[in-house]
Amino acid sequence: MEVDEKLPQGEKEYLLHLFISGATPNSTKAVRNIKEICELYLKDRHELLIIDIYQQPELAQGEQLIGIPTLIKKRPGLIRRLVGDLSDRPRVLAALGLADSPPH
Amino acid sequence: MHDNLRAAPRLATLPKAPSGIEGLDEITEGGLPLGRPTLICGSAGCGKTLMGVEFLVRGALEYNEPGVLMAFEETSEELAANVASLGFDLPALQAQKLLRVDHVHVDRSEIEETGEYDLEGLFIRLGYAIDSINAKRVVLDTIESLFSGFSNQAVLRSEIRRLFRWLKDKGVTTIITAERGDGSLTRQGLEEYVSDCVILLDNRVIDQITTRRLRIVKYRGSTHGTNEYPYLISEEGISVLPVTSLRLEHRVSDHIVSTGIPALDEMFGRRGFYQGSSILLTGTAGTAKTTLAAAFAQEVCRHGGRCLYFAFEESPHQLIRNMLSVSIDLEPHVQDGRLIIEASRPTLNGLERHLVTIHKLVHDFKPTAVVIDPISNLISVGNVNEVRSMLTRLIDFLKVNNITALFTSLISGSLQMDTTEEGVSSLVDTWISVRDLEGVGERNRGLSILKSRGMAHSNQVREFVITDKGVELLDVVVGPTGIITGASRLVRQLQEQEQELAARQELARKDRELARRRRVLEATIANLRTEFESVEEEFRQLNTEEHDRKTGQVKNHRKATRSSSPSDAAGPADQQPNS
Repeated sequence: MEVDEKLPQGEKEYLLHLFISGATPNSTKAVRNIKEICELYLKDRHELLIIDIYQQPELAQGEQLIGIPTLIKKRPGLIRRLVGDLSDRPRVLAALGLADSPPH
Repeated sequence: MHDNLRAAPRLATLPKAPSGIEGLDEITEGGLPLGRPTLICGSAGCGKTLMGVEFLVRGALEYNEPGVLMAFEETSEELAANVASLGFDLPALQAQKLLRVDHVHVDRSEIEETGEYDLEGLFIRLGYAIDSINAKRVVLDTIESLFSGFSNQAVLRSEIRRLFRWLKDKGVTTIITAERGDGSLTRQGLEEYVSDCVILLDNRVIDQITTRRLRIVKYRGSTHGTNEYPYLISEEGISVLPVTSLRLEHRVSDHIVSTGIPALDEMFGRRGFYQGSSILLTGTAGTAKTTLAAAFAQEVCRHGGRCLYFAFEESPHQLIRNMLSVSIDLEPHVQDGRLIIEASRPTLNGLERHLVTIHKLVHDFKPTAVVIDPISNLISVGNVNEVRSMLTRLIDFLKVNNITALFTSLISGSLQMDTTEEGVSSLVDTWISVRDLEGVGERNRGLSILKSRGMAHSNQVREFVITDKGVELLDVVVGPTGIITGASRLVRQLQEQEQELAARQELARKDRELARRRRVLEATIANLRTEFESVEEEFRQLNTEEHDRKTGQVKNHRKATRSSSPSDAAGPADQQPNS
């Protein structure tokens, strides 16, 4: 996926929101996995926000959350929702549009 | 219902949350299990969502219990639009914080599964919605949509199980709706086991007419009605009709209402029907059932009552015109609002719909009498059992409200007199039968009372005629071959008149004969008297002569004693008394 749109200053190419529920095994795994992916594939190109819905339950309805953990890719391109602990890396990369880019 | 529950002894049953849905609380004996999940399942078009929404709306408005609606299939706007026709104003309730609608959007194409997950998001959303308005009621419609969005069945099943547990712990009364599956109550075969109460909705089409039915499949910790109960989606929401709510303990009236025909009143021991009783009027075609019913309706209105007339065969105008021809004028009563004629084809609605229409009209109009003309037409809408159960409920309902009910029923000539097609004859208090009495080349109408609970009644079959002055009952004429009607009656009457005339003439002739004889005798008596008078006169004459003669002799004797012998005078003097 090419980045041909001009981003406003200070904003990164990728905007990712990860919704977790406290320190459950799935949530901690998801945090670990996404951090690893970002480190390998999106170094300095991303902005990752980790939100604990126990702390902000009002967000759950607005973001249409059902399964937890959920990673929402807000940018670039279409919004994608990734449900699960992100351990299936090929699928995660495909969904994020990073499948063919090599790890740094 | 709710009050009963509170007043019940301590050992009492499971606490219940009244649904507020008409009739449902009666069947469930108080409502849905309080603080527990209830499953409503059924196929498409049963009104599952509607029942859920009504549960929330009634709860919010009538029991002050705020509710959360979690909709998986429709958005908040769609739902609001769908139920607006029933008078449910969801946006207003949402503004008053009595309702919260959360549309859960599940779309498989948008969801990428990348590993282990749970449905904690749903729990958080629901929990947040419940806490934000302090909800007591929750509706999840339809939870199985989750199965189309997520592929991990094992997770879903265990999560749904957890959801039910969690809802119980929260203490909210929950309704979960589910599509009916093949051979099981729900598609996933899961919800029915984790719910405390399962209500099955069914929508079946019999003879092109839809009937909706509701059945409580299970209810943990409580007794409940086990039958299938018809229910309706009417303009005011769902209404469930318990088939047999009556325990035959209604109070009865001692008041009598006239039949509208004086001679018919005379046939009843107390000159009419009891107020609040039910009357069945059966007859073959053209036996003036409608006329008798209209006469009754008119009489009710004339005495200050209110009458509701259901005409399944004629339009109100036609009925009024036809009845005017027999001097039954219904128009003024319609004008002053004492009489409502509700005309519709029976096939317009299903039976239950008719029943609800009747219930609603009775509720609004508060009549003292209801006429249904005829109930036999309802058979075209349902089968005999259904009609019977509907009529049972109707009769019960009217009795409880002390409303006199008159039903007409068409019976075919071949049927036995002691049964009616609908089998309602045992339910009614009074049964009047009108029938054709077919005789020498003509048909005449005969009326008899087959039964009349609680009063003596005439056992006669009375002929009745409909003239332009109204209905008249004729006196019974019994001939050598039974009851005589119509032309035979006229012949009979002529014969009787002739006989009477002859008898009168004979009597007059005898009177004249007697007078004649009297005159003859009197003449004879006068004759004899005259004769006697002549005889008497003759004797008197002789006496006088004798006397004269004696006084002459004495004078002569005195002359003789002075001149001749006294012995001559003694002889004739001794003989005189003998002559």
